[in-house]
Amino acid sequence: MNVKRDKPGFMRRILATRGMPQVITVTIGLILIFIVFSFLSENFTSQRNLRNLARQTAPILIIGIAQSYVLITGNIDLSIGSVVGMSSMISATLMTTGGNSWLSLGLAPWLAVIITLACCLAIGFINGQLVARCGLPPFIATLGTMTIARGVAQIVNNNRNTDSIGAGARYFRDFFYYGSIRFTIPELTWLPESVRKFIYHGETLIFTPVLIAAVLWLAFNFILSRTKTGRHIYAVGSNIEAARMSGINVTATVTKAYLVSSFCSCVVGFIVCATGGVGTMDAGTMYELYAVAASVIGGISTLGGQGLLLGTVVGASIWSVLQNGLVLANAPVAIRNIAVGIIVVISVLLDIIVRSGKWRLKKARLEAREPE
Amino acid sequence: MDCLAECAHIDKSFYGVKVLTDVSFSLRAGEVVALLGENGAGKSTLMKILSGVYTRDAGTVTIMGSPVGNMTPKEAEKRGIAMIHQELNLCSHLTVADNIFLGREITRKGMLARDEMSRQAAMILDSLHIDMDPDMPVADLSVSKQQLVEIAKALSMKARILIMDEPTSALTAKEIDDLFVIIRKLRDEGNCGIVYISHRLDELQHIADRVTVMRDGHFIRSAPFKDLSMGDIISLMVGREIKEKYPRVECAVNKEGKEGRKIFEVKNLSAGGRVKNVSFSLNEGEIVGIAGLMGAGRTELTRAIFGVDARDSGEICLDGKTLSIKKPADAIKAGVVLIPEDRKKHGLCVRLSVRENIALPNLETLCNALSVVNREKEDDLVELTIKNLSVRLSGPEINAGSLSGGNQQKIVLGKWLARNSRVVIFDEPTRGIDVAAKVEIYNLMNDLKKQGIGVLFVSSEMPEIIGFADRIIVMCDGRITGEFSASEATQNKILEKATQFEIKTLGRGRLEEAI
Repeated sequence: MNVKRDKPGFMRRILATRGMPQVITVTIGLILIFIVFSFLSENFTSQRNLRNLARQTAPILIIGIAQSYVLITGNIDLSIGSVVGMSSMISATLMTTGGNSWLSLGLAPWLAVIITLACCLAIGFINGQLVARCGLPPFIATLGTMTIARGVAQIVNNNRNTDSIGAGARYFRDFFYYGSIRFTIPELTWLPESVRKFIYHGETLIFTPVLIAAVLWLAFNFILSRTKTGRHIYAVGSNIEAARMSGINVTATVTKAYLVSSFCSCVVGFIVCATGGVGTMDAGTMYELYAVAASVIGGISTLGGQGLLLGTVVGASIWSVLQNGLVLANAPVAIRNIAVGIIVVISVLLDIIVRSGKWRLKKARLEAREPE
Repeated sequence: MDCLAECAHIDKSFYGVKVLTDVSFSLRAGEVVALLGENGAGKSTLMKILSGVYTRDAGTVTIMGSPVGNMTPKEAEKRGIAMIHQELNLCSHLTVADNIFLGREITRKGMLARDEMSRQAAMILDSLHIDMDPDMPVADLSVSKQQLVEIAKALSMKARILIMDEPTSALTAKEIDDLFVIIRKLRDEGNCGIVYISHRLDELQHIADRVTVMRDGHFIRSAPFKDLSMGDIISLMVGREIKEKYPRVECAVNKEGKEGRKIFEVKNLSAGGRVKNVSFSLNEGEIVGIAGLMGAGRTELTRAIFGVDARDSGEICLDGKTLSIKKPADAIKAGVVLIPEDRKKHGLCVRLSVRENIALPNLETLCNALSVVNREKEDDLVELTIKNLSVRLSGPEINAGSLSGGNQQKIVLGKWLARNSRVVIFDEPTRGIDVAAKVEIYNLMNDLKKQGIGVLFVSSEMPEIIGFADRIIVMCDGRITGEFSASEATQNKILEKATQFEIKTLGRGRLEEAI
């Protein structure tokens, strides 16, 4: 099979990727928001804040990846937040000693992590089977497991938050939250003075949550965009019947997406646990919806089959830049909520308008159906 | 006769692409105008302008003598224009009466007057001689009955201009006749004008008074139906003669006068009550057509063979070996593939690109050991497939759902070509496809035949099945009721077998009408 073909350039290929225009649109939005906040607050662009910003974005990005996988298959996962709580509680309880529960075994962090992962993946497996094999509506199935997982989070330590996970678990906390890698940005002398001042901070830190998020993103983006499983996930979300009739195992594909989702949620649970040094029962509350927001802002369609994981990065960044920036601008919590809500709606609205290429919404909707 | 609607010098572009250029069209009361043209000729666009869905860029529209500006669909409705779409727009959980009065419910003191609506609905249905309970949920009706509900709905709005977009594409011969009776009745009352869009040219002789042909967004000709021969109409539509409507090729195996090797066999297959004890075989280099009426179990048979629906009993053999097919993946692995009836619903992932659709069932051959897709190999495969099928498109990254029906069908076929399939099953391969694309599909089927692949195809178009298949199997009520060779098959013989079990339920009179 040798076909002669003009190879499109790298940039051409990137731009031709389905869903890339949406990502570019929201990236422009992110840059605008970033510029606005850098004017509103001096501290916003300080190195210290940017570092924190990255660290705050990490968990949102990870649960965003989780929800994106499920959304692309055309389903939804409401159990994300509860799995975060469950992961935080199970891992913390296993690492503490002499606590309220027979599970307070004082286990080594690595063992606690493995056991917790197994529990969380079980939730993902159940979700996948309920939705794909039993045909439950994903909203109902994951509403059930959401409540169950929260119940598990409450019962593992007899309905109390855990004690401090202690000195023995220092490595756990370092690995999932406090640890950092130091590196030096080379001073690029050929850049103009003003630009250099902006980016050059000499020695800088990258916290481990950011590294974990980056590794997970690279891995899952690779799987989604380059492998057979990734293709199957898009195909199932685009047209489940056509996918089945192309010989795809739909149940396995949907289950894989839910497993990715609970795996990512579990990791976020570790980060939350490491952050506080204790397991908290209501950790991760509302995270499933933050995850929907990050995905949807990033151009992932709730109807399935559409969206890029690159968009989720931008979506998660917009989310945390807004939260962080509004705090620095001394906005009260109520204003923060309102602003974030508006951004979610506007970003999707903008996407509809940009995609149809017209500003007249009503006509745009009608003509988007034109098949010829 | 007074002129109901007149469109003159209509222009329309979408995103800079001109789809209508200087098109004129007129409709008088008491006539049926058949609007003809290939897919993409602009018929639907023109009708959508008339019914207010789109706005025109230039030209005039005159309705019942008064010129109108840009209308919304609601305003068009008020002016007496009703469009019955190819895809039905009914709320399937509501009753017939609910649907007829949807959006214009009759109320008494703010409460729904259900009795009144159902009485009025019954009146409208009676006036059309439609035997239907107005309180029945639409979901329980057959597709043809649902179509009639749409017509009743349109008439209840006092519509005088009825636009029907391929109303018969999902109907059986008998149902089509019922529909034509109603269309003729409406025409003879002299109040309504009907625009009839169809790809089935053989239907026109029963209803069309006048024919308007469009091609590539241009008006070509409008003339009384009796002044044109079928050949004239086809050449007006495609702009060139189509010599062979059903190109047939002879393979080496059947040239020597003997049958090809038996490659595929279905024994005593039963599934879900819709397929009953079906047995047949397929020889190398042979195209077998499955004829029958809608609901005869033909689609169900193809689905049971392909493993989409569960089988109750029966065996499927390829080259003498029994296959264990429990899901489509098993059938595909064995080399038995299905090109389903509903392309958008079952065949294509419409929001994915052409490239991804073609690659989808072939991913294992395109992946390395870690199941990472090799884009080089993928692009080669896609390019080769597109070239072999002569699909005309701007590039493989284009959305599969945006292609015309014929091209979509080719992409669905293309998914299976790279796999060395042994048996290819087509379910209604040419439904909703224009004349020229149909011939291309036939040629592709002939290519498969020449390669020694067994081809099985289900079709509701009698001339197609008689003209194209080497052997014809007739199904009725889930059973095989007859088998004919190409030379001995006639329309009457097939129809007789296809209605074998319906005599009991329909009575003799209806059967004769159907034939």
